[in-house]
Amino acid sequence: MTDRNPKDDRSRKRDTSPLTAHRGMATWGEKLVPLAEFRKATAAVGRELSPEEREAEVAEFLGPPVDPTPVEGPFSKVAVFGGVYNNHYGLTALLDDAEARGVEAIYCLGDLGGFGPNPNKIWPLLERGGVRTIQGNYEESLASGLEDCNCGYTDPRDNHFAEISYRYTASHSSPEFKRWMGGLPKRRRIRVGERELLLVHGSPRRINEFLFHSTSPAPFLEVLLTQERADGFLCTHTGLPWHRRLPSGATVVNVGVIGRPANDGRTEVRYCLLEDRDGRLGVESVELGYDHRALAAEMRREKLPEKFVETVLTGWWTTCLEILPAKERHASRF
Amino acid sequence: MSEMTVSHSSTGSKRVPVVELRSLDTLWFQVAGTVCNLACTHCFVSSSPTNHTHENLTLAEIAPFLEEGARLGVKEYYFTGGEPFLNPEMEAILEATLGYGPATVLTNGLLLDPVRCERLAGLAAESDYSLDFRVSMDGYDAESNDPIRGEGTFERILAGIRNLCAAGINPVITVTEVHCENASREGRERFFRLVGELGIDKPRLKILPVFRMGAEAERSGAYESWQKLRAGEAPAEGWLHLQCSACRMVTDQGVWVCPILVNEPEGKMGTTLADTLGGFPLEHPACWTCHAHGVSCRT
Repeated sequence: MTDRNPKDDRSRKRDTSPLTAHRGMATWGEKLVPLAEFRKATAAVGRELSPEEREAEVAEFLGPPVDPTPVEGPFSKVAVFGGVYNNHYGLTALLDDAEARGVEAIYCLGDLGGFGPNPNKIWPLLERGGVRTIQGNYEESLASGLEDCNCGYTDPRDNHFAEISYRYTASHSSPEFKRWMGGLPKRRRIRVGERELLLVHGSPRRINEFLFHSTSPAPFLEVLLTQERADGFLCTHTGLPWHRRLPSGATVVNVGVIGRPANDGRTEVRYCLLEDRDGRLGVESVELGYDHRALAAEMRREKLPEKFVETVLTGWWTTCLEILPAKERHASRF
Repeated sequence: MSEMTVSHSSTGSKRVPVVELRSLDTLWFQVAGTVCNLACTHCFVSSSPTNHTHENLTLAEIAPFLEEGARLGVKEYYFTGGEPFLNPEMEAILEATLGYGPATVLTNGLLLDPVRCERLAGLAAESDYSLDFRVSMDGYDAESNDPIRGEGTFERILAGIRNLCAAGINPVITVTEVHCENASREGRERFFRLVGELGIDKPRLKILPVFRMGAEAERSGAYESWQKLRAGEAPAEGWLHLQCSACRMVTDQGVWVCPILVNEPEGKMGTTLADTLGGFPLEHPACWTCHAHGVSCRT
C-alpha cells in the first residue's frame, strides 16, 4: 500500500505542538499533507459499484453453504441440553426429568467435560439415555489431542481456570471415550412439527462462538438462519440460557448448560424442551434441580478448585467471567 | 484468492497476501473523526484538537450504514475517534444503534460527567443489547500516564471512571503497551488494584500493543522494512485470524478496511459496505502487528 521509506519520514521535521500541528493539514501515515491532498487521494481509491453490482455482491457474500446434514424426526416433543461439564448428577436428573415429560428424543449439544469431576461417568449415562450428541469444542479438542480446550476465551484470568478444567478432564478421560467423541457429528438437523431446526454447539458457523443474549442481535441471527435455510437453531457454549423469536418468525435458543448454574444465584441448571403446539413451536427453559451438594463433595474429593465448588453451591459464577458482555456481567455477582 | 499482484509506480509490481472478508461481524465508526481533546504521543491516527483528517459522522450519515449492516448480519458496533463524546450527536447515535445491536464506545473518559453517565446508564438499561465503554489509560499513576496522554489527565480519567461507576456502568480499562510492564502480570495486578480503589469490584482490562505509525512513529520510531506480511507466508488456516476478515470501518470519507488504517488513503475500500465485501491486500506494516501480536481492536 505504501512505498514510503520510513527513514525518509523520520528525517522530516514537523511541528509537534498538538494545538497547531494539524491546522489545515491531514495525517497521511506519518506525513503531514494539506487536507485537500488527503481528501483527493481518498476520493480516488476504493470501489463505487452500481446498485445492481452491489446487489450481486451482497447476494454472493450471503450465499448459503451446502449443508448435507440429514433431518431427523419429525418429533412433537424433544429435550435439548448442553454443557454437561462432567456433572453426572445433573445428567442423571435430566434423563429422569425428560423421560417423565414424555419426550421422543434427547439431544446433547456438546461440552461433556470440564469443571466437574470424573468424566468417564458421563459416557454410560449418555448411552443409557439414548442421547443423540454433537461435538462441542471440548470433544473436538480431546479427540484430536489438543493441549487447549479451544473455548475461545481471550482474558488470561478466564484462560487460567479453563486450563485447570481441561487438564483435569483430559487426564481423567479414557482413550476409548475420547475416540468416541471424535466420531460425533458437528451438527444435526431436526424437525419439530413443521419447523426444521439446526442444532450446533457455539453457532452455525463456529464451534466456539459465544452467542450471548445481549450480543446476538436479531438481524445477525436472521442472516445466519437465511444462510442455513432453517426455521431456527439451538446452541449452548456460553452457559447462559436465552430465547429470541425473530421478526421473521424464526426461533433461536441458547439451551444453557446442565453442568453449572446459570449465574443467577440459584443452584438449579437449565435445559430446553421443544414442543409442537398445533403448528406453533413451544420453547420452555426447564429449571432442573439435582444433588448439587453431592457434586460439590465429589469435586472437593477430586481437589478441583474451591472456586468451582462455590459456584455449584451458590449459583453464582466465580470464574470465566471476563468473556461476559456488559449486560450479562452487570447481572453477575462477581 | 490468497494473493494478488499489486503495482506501484515507484517499485514495480509484486505479489502480496490478501485477506478475505469471511463475515461482517464488527462495524466500526470513526464517529469523532480524528478530532480529540487530547494529543497522546502514541496515537496511531495522530488525533488532536486540530486534526481534521476525518471529521465527525452525523446520525444522518450513520443511519444508512446501520441499515446496510443489519442486512449483512453485523453482530456488534464500535465507536471511536478522536474522542467520541466530542460528537454532539453521540448519545443519539448510541440510542439509534442500540435498536440494531450491541454497541461499544472507546473513550478517553474526560467528558464523562455525572449527568452524562446517568443518561448513558439509562440507555444501557433500556436496550435489549449491551452498551459497553472502554476507557483508555496508559499508566497506573500520573507519572507513567501523563507523559503519554497529557498533563493532569490521570486524575481526570479516574474522575470519569468514578462517574461511570457511580451510574452503575463498569467500563473496560484499555491499556497500551507503551510501558512494557503494562502487560506483565505485575502490571495487570497494579491496574486491578487501581480500579479496585475506585470502587469497581469486577475489574475489566484490555491490553493492546502499539502501532508504530502516526504520533507513535515519532515517539518510538516507525516500522522497519522487515515488518510486513509476505506472499507465500500465510498460516495453514489463512489470514482469517486477522480482524479485517470480519470488520469494516466507516469514516466521513467512506468505508475503510479496519480501524487502524484510516489515515492511509489506500486503506479505503469503497463508499457503501457492499463495495467492500471483497479481499484486501495486506501490504501495510501495521498488518504485521495485527498478525504477530494477535491484535483485535474489539473487546
